Amino acid sequence: MSQQARSLQDQVARTEKGEASDLLKPLIQIEGVTKSFGDFVAVNNVSLTIYQGELFSLLGGSGCGKTTLLRMLAGFETPTSGRILIDGQDMTRVPPYERPVNMMFQSYALFPHMTVEQNVAFGLKQDGLPRDQVRQRVAEMLDLVELGHLGRRKPHELSGGQRQRVALARALAKRPKVLLLDEPLGALDKKLRERTQLELVNIQENLGITFVVVTHDQEEAMTMSTRVAIMNQGRILQVDTPHAMYEYPNTRFVAEFFGSVNIFEGPLLEDEPGHVVIGCPDLSVPIYVGHGISSREGATVYAAVRPEKIALSKEPPADATYNTATGVVEDIVYLGGESTYLVRLDSGRLVRVDLQNQTRSSEPELTWHDRVHVSWEHSNVVVVTS
Amino acid sequence: MTNRSPFLISALAFGFAFLYVPILLLIVFSFNESKLVTVWGGFSFKWYGELFQDEQLLGAAKISLLIAAMSATLATLLGTMAGLIMARFGRFKGRTLFSGMITAPMVMPEVITGLAILLMFVVLEELTGWPDGRGITTITIAHTTFAMAYVTIVIQSRLSQMDDSVEEAAMDLGARPLKVFFLITLPIIAPALVSGWLLAFTLSLDDLVTTSFAAGPSSSTLPMVVFSSVRLGVTPKINALATIVVGLATLAIVMAGYIMHRQEQQRKRAMQRALAEQDAL
Ligand SMILES: Nc1ncnc2c1ncn2[C@@H]1O[C@H](COP(=O)(O)OP(=O)(O)OP(=O)(O)O)[C@@H](O)[C@H]1O
Ligand SMILES: [Mg+2]
Repeated sequence: MSQQARSLQDQVARTEKGEASDLLKPLIQIEGVTKSFGDFVAVNNVSLTIYQGELFSLLGGSGCGKTTLLRMLAGFETPTSGRILIDGQDMTRVPPYERPVNMMFQSYALFPHMTVEQNVAFGLKQDGLPRDQVRQRVAEMLDLVELGHLGRRKPHELSGGQRQRVALARALAKRPKVLLLDEPLGALDKKLRERTQLELVNIQENLGITFVVVTHDQEEAMTMSTRVAIMNQGRILQVDTPHAMYEYPNTRFVAEFFGSVNIFEGPLLEDEPGHVVIGCPDLSVPIYVGHGISSREGATVYAAVRPEKIALSKEPPADATYNTATGVVEDIVYLGGESTYLVRLDSGRLVRVDLQNQTRSSEPELTWHDRVHVSWEHSNVVVVTS
Repeated sequence: MTNRSPFLISALAFGFAFLYVPILLLIVFSFNESKLVTVWGGFSFKWYGELFQDEQLLGAAKISLLIAAMSATLATLLGTMAGLIMARFGRFKGRTLFSGMITAPMVMPEVITGLAILLMFVVLEELTGWPDGRGITTITIAHTTFAMAYVTIVIQSRLSQMDDSVEEAAMDLGARPLKVFFLITLPIIAPALVSGWLLAFTLSLDDLVTTSFAAGPSSSTLPMVVFSSVRLGVTPKINALATIVVGLATLAIVMAGYIMHRQEQQRKRAMQRALAEQDAL
């Protein structure tokens, strides 16, 4: 992440709290938007504010309504209720050809009977731009995506990665206020996808155009976005920076969807402003959490611990009153930079622990069937109530 | 190679013979010197010469081609509209009825279609004075009616294969719906338009039943003339005519095949080049 993106994140956070003097201008305001297809509610009462210059990701599983929400921003679907404002203007019922947004389609949707240059020029010609300006802008755009030498090819004469870049150039050519991207990298193979993610972020920062990206790949959302919204069954569960989303998920669903996590379920034993204690049948001792929550004692809550925040050792931890358990190493998965250990606790519960591989020795300190202690700091647990 | 049994080989031979022996015989006998169709009297182009002197046949051929061209064009126009509605309008009240009505002329006995059209023309003429008698105009209208059904099917299936998002992308880039249709949809479905037109053209060219209902005294089409002259006895002249038609059709098919094959080759080569470049990166 660039420093520029980081400071934008801070500015967004200050704007959301209303404490900044340099308040950001909301570019897209989605106000209570619902979209039903017959009885089926595809998007359910979604409200969202996206600011100028953001690279905003909509993340969620298949069929959760991401594409439908994006299509409402583009104008291809009309909300059943609610309002959409772009740059302060009500766009709810404005047709797609009059909106200051452009979309890059999942299938790329290149015009098969036109050359690459004609594809990129199409939108500019619709605006009635003079011919020499069109030509200049097309050349500029093709250079931006490094396709200057392929301008005369037809789409079917291009590889998948090249088509993706033509689609990007075409959607950017009109310099829209917002670019909507529906799974822009979905059709690329893994290596190409990772390289293209970085290129996309670079282009976005250089042009300063606001991007709204739909994806179902949480790693992609994490690497690219200034902020992420997680959707499930037509609703938005949480809107946050990738960092906050990962460290402070607000629901079990978000914790599990955004990275891997160990969830311990149990009743709330102590609920103080500065800490809570949870009784957990999976562990021999209770879980101590270093932050308060608003729930009643006795309610069932979930403690979420990320695999890389758990320590593994043959020795018992110094303080064994909270947050620890014993078990046996059942499986080890070597992943290069790190290894994943699956530990079967004495209660029968399986816990996932990720450890860095800091040395090159082929004999790890811990091996199969070792008896180990798992433990974690009380600041590394998050409690969610649903 | 799999072991081909004698049974399969004879089945193949029989199938081909069933399809092509009659046509081959027809072609061979068109070069027959003798006036008797079934007796070989030596090789000659005599009947071709006579064919090109037969004013009645030539006139009928001209009328047939004219009607075929006009009705194919009309049918393509109307069929495109109908196909567009079927493929793009989404669900609307009476959609099933509409699609059933479009395809009805394909399954309706031709005699009934012809009779219905004749009735319509008669009633229309009584009420409005148009059409003034029956002739080329009425035949064209009748042919358009049934050919349109076929064109609609061709266009609709092409449209439903087409990626909707291509049209949406054009609209997203600022083109209004009408412009999207002419700049994007039409060029993409152009091949279907051409094959729809050709289909309608051939359907019109060899139609006899419907034509008989819609034709007037001075507007005999080629199939009508051939049919009535054959009833008086087959002359080798008809064989010569049929041979020319078969020859033209074969030529058209071979040409279309060649063009498509060449395009396919070009596409493959271009695709390979693109892939090679990507690998080189
Ligand atoms: N035109 C439509 N008519 C009826 N139902 C629809 C229509 N468009 C979408 N849906 C339904 O709405 C739900 C959300 O669809 P949407 O395409 O927004 O999902 P998505 O989040 O983009 O999923 P994916 O990741 O698979 O693309 C799906 O259950 C889908 O079946
Ligand atoms: Mg989708």
